[in-house]
Amino acid sequence: MSLWRQLTRGLRALTHRSAAEQDVADEVRDYLDRATADFVARGFSPEEALRAARLELGNATSVSQQVRESGWENLIETLVADLRYAARRLVAEPGFAAVTILTLAVGVGSTTAIFSALNPILFQPLPYPDAGRIMMVWDMGTGGSRDDVTFGTHQELVERSHSFDALAAMKPWQPTLTGATEPERLDGQRVSATFFRVLGVPPALGRDFQASDDRANAPRVVILSDGLWHRRFGGDRAVVGRSITLGDDPYLVIGVMPRGFENVLDPSATLWSPLQYDMSQDRAWGHHLRMVGRQRPGVGTDQAAAELARIAQTPVLEFARAPWASLKHGLIVNSLQDDITRGVRPALLIILGAVVVVLVIACVNVTNLLLARSVRRRSEFALRAALGAGSSRLIRQLLTESLLLALLGGGAGMAVAMLGVRALIALSPPELPRVHAIAVDAGVFGFGLGLTTLIGLGFGLLPALQATRTDQQRELQQGSPRTGGGHHRTRSALVVAEVALALVLLVGTGLLLRSLQRLFAVAPGFEPSRLLTMQVQTSGHRFDEDSTTYRFFEEALEAARQVPGVMAAALTSQLPLSGDEDIYGVHFEASPSQRAEEDHGAFRYAVTPGYMETMRIPLRQGRTLEQHDRSGAPLVALINESYARREFPGIDPIGKRLRIGPMDGPLYTIVGVVGDVRQMSLAISQSDAVYTTPSQWRFADNAMSLVIRTRGDPTALVPAIRQAVWAVDKDQPIVRVATMDDLVAASAAERRFALILVEAFALAALVLAAAGIYGVLSGRVAERTREIGVRSALGASRGNILTLVVGQGMTLTGLGVSIGLAGAALASEVMVAMLFGVSHLDPVTYLGAIALLGAVAVIACGVPAWRAAQVDPASTLRVE
Amino acid sequence: MDEPNTDVIQGTLDMLILKTVSLQPIHGFGIARRIEQVSRGSFKVNPGSLLTALQRLERAGCLDATWRQTENSRRAKFYSLTRAGRKQLEVETADWTRRVSAVARLLKAEG
Repeated sequence: MSLWRQLTRGLRALTHRSAAEQDVADEVRDYLDRATADFVARGFSPEEALRAARLELGNATSVSQQVRESGWENLIETLVADLRYAARRLVAEPGFAAVTILTLAVGVGSTTAIFSALNPILFQPLPYPDAGRIMMVWDMGTGGSRDDVTFGTHQELVERSHSFDALAAMKPWQPTLTGATEPERLDGQRVSATFFRVLGVPPALGRDFQASDDRANAPRVVILSDGLWHRRFGGDRAVVGRSITLGDDPYLVIGVMPRGFENVLDPSATLWSPLQYDMSQDRAWGHHLRMVGRQRPGVGTDQAAAELARIAQTPVLEFARAPWASLKHGLIVNSLQDDITRGVRPALLIILGAVVVVLVIACVNVTNLLLARSVRRRSEFALRAALGAGSSRLIRQLLTESLLLALLGGGAGMAVAMLGVRALIALSPPELPRVHAIAVDAGVFGFGLGLTTLIGLGFGLLPALQATRTDQQRELQQGSPRTGGGHHRTRSALVVAEVALALVLLVGTGLLLRSLQRLFAVAPGFEPSRLLTMQVQTSGHRFDEDSTTYRFFEEALEAARQVPGVMAAALTSQLPLSGDEDIYGVHFEASPSQRAEEDHGAFRYAVTPGYMETMRIPLRQGRTLEQHDRSGAPLVALINESYARREFPGIDPIGKRLRIGPMDGPLYTIVGVVGDVRQMSLAISQSDAVYTTPSQWRFADNAMSLVIRTRGDPTALVPAIRQAVWAVDKDQPIVRVATMDDLVAASAAERRFALILVEAFALAALVLAAAGIYGVLSGRVAERTREIGVRSALGASRGNILTLVVGQGMTLTGLGVSIGLAGAALASEVMVAMLFGVSHLDPVTYLGAIALLGAVAVIACGVPAWRAAQVDPASTLRVE
Repeated sequence: MDEPNTDVIQGTLDMLILKTVSLQPIHGFGIARRIEQVSRGSFKVNPGSLLTALQRLERAGCLDATWRQTENSRRAKFYSLTRAGRKQLEVETADWTRRVSAVARLLKAEG
């Protein structure tokens, strides 16, 4: 009951302020009247009675105020009054307001943008039920690398492991959808029947896969994604139960996935079909499947990993293993979340660190600005304190001001954040996981708001406390304060901190920049400029016959060669720097370094004669592949030079023989040695390779990359080459059209992404640090105008003044740089994973960063110094 | 010469106000005078604290306030006790009595 009265009375007092004030004034007035009458009744004269009554009451105004202040509405009134006052003061100082708001906008905005972009990747759980129990299982290769598993391994684990509810294997699948409309190449996955059970998301329409669907020669079935269902099938529910044609074969549509389903294992996949492997097939022992499993409830990750390790170490007769899938190094198990972020985590953490540094610098600047401002307002505070304002009231008002600034800055920051997030998504490298889950949502705003409030209160407190600690008497008497004292130490310390942080970011940027330079300076082993690439894929049952495939590719290649502007053309089964990774175990017959066991395999290339010449891969020894190396002729192969050096140290490799793949395969004779080629990326030097002609390989690769050396601009020839290939057979898809230069650039996409961001932050930090130095020095000069006047009156030249001020500024900078060097050394150690070809203590980078920072600092000192030198001693001395 | 402390004992102002108002509806000055008189000068109420306490008690629901016209057509605020106020007075009086007798017992104790 009384709560209600509290509320209503208080509200009434808020809304009818003058009436409420009048009530209190009336009551106080009444008290005074009655007291006077009482004194009169006691025998005082009217004037004496009035005086006595006034004495008893005290100051009527303060009594009224005391009564009014005891109501809760008073707090709101003072808050509103404070806000209005704060707003007026900001309008009166537009320069200060603008700089502070902008600084906050940059700091809060960029931090919010980065956090909201990284939230789904680093922090949020995956969008599956009980996502923590979904694990990826990899085969461990030599050197601890993660290898795809074989179907044989998958089968063994399914039967022997008890730690998993379900284990599913998957591989990419790119069927061509034909039918009423244009044929379209789709991205999809071939998966075990338990795939959606592992993820925990059943189809929204129709049914999930069953074990019976996953047998070789079972009827073909397919599940569609919601997006594909709407795009190609108009969202028609009747599609379930219909048959669609994929690559010459009919598939029965049995289900559609729900709309919100996010497939982190292959974000571009739009349809799924069972693997339909069985152990009798050759490919059952190829390392090309990824495996994912859902742990049984109650089974911990360590338990599961231990069980898998045990299974790996105890082969049983029932599950005989191929030698290259012996699992002798064990299996790698880790959570799906960790797995998808593994690659990008170092880059993301660096970016996170960089943005936090920017935020700190921004806050430091804002604090400095507030401190400087409170120095200017000393006399104002002294006056207010003398008029009766308690220090808590003053602090409250100052905090309100800084909160208002923070909110305005934070609001602007939200706009920056939204733009930033959009830019991030646009710039992001393709490997950035869960890009689709990045959104600017309520959580993001909440984060931004929380951050802003924290800054407003936290960084406003220091200046507020300092402002109220002044000696009132002294401040009221003096016109202009002569010294800064404690304020200056704090502000100088803050500037030193900013400079240090800015240096850290500059060093980080420099190191990344040099890493990229070094990376792009790496010779890929071939000539990438004016090289056009595209992948030609064969689909359809007529290509089940190898000879058809060979003939098609030969004719397509010939047609491409005829296109004007083409200097040379060739085909290869595996294109360098494209993400292709086709590795086979290679066994040398009687190799002097008998390390067959340790073989980590080599990249297998099926290339047409002329490949080396087209790519300009140098021939070191022997000969390249030629037209007469066809099926029926003696089997020949080329290997790269570092492989040759390692396997045949000091011996001529020409004429030696090797097997590619199974131990019972045919022997190839080495007829030539070519230069090393970077296949995976410029940074990875592992380049062991073996080259054969397509017809001398066991089977026909059904997708080959066309490489074309052009006379002029490669992209100009794309339509002509496509037409040429389609003239041979119009139904074969051509995908992955790109110039080799693009592929080279894309292979460093992740580093470049990190570099762009860190660069942006370093720039922001530099600007902010410069502003900080400028601000502090300007403040000092403004405060010590009188002193400067005295100095110049006593004979100091302009040059002396300049040196004085610049000297002060550079001392601060120097201090900041020294601290920053230590900080940069520590921070760059964290970055080591992202660096290439530079040490994290690279002196050139550090010196360059110091030079840049120093130059900027000199300019920042220059303006206040120049202004100081302009001080006219006569006018300043007269002020006193 | 040390002047004796005439401030109301801390925490008892509400109780004294409620008791005074319980006798008859009364205005702020009247409460102050009555407390002074009945306590024979031991307690002099500070007008600011008194008026603040009156607003507080009114908001808490222990007192009702009405405005009346005085002779010189000025407004005067009169307070009366509500039922909740009467109960609050009983509670606080009982509590006070208990504590005072406890103190008295402690002071009388020997050895």
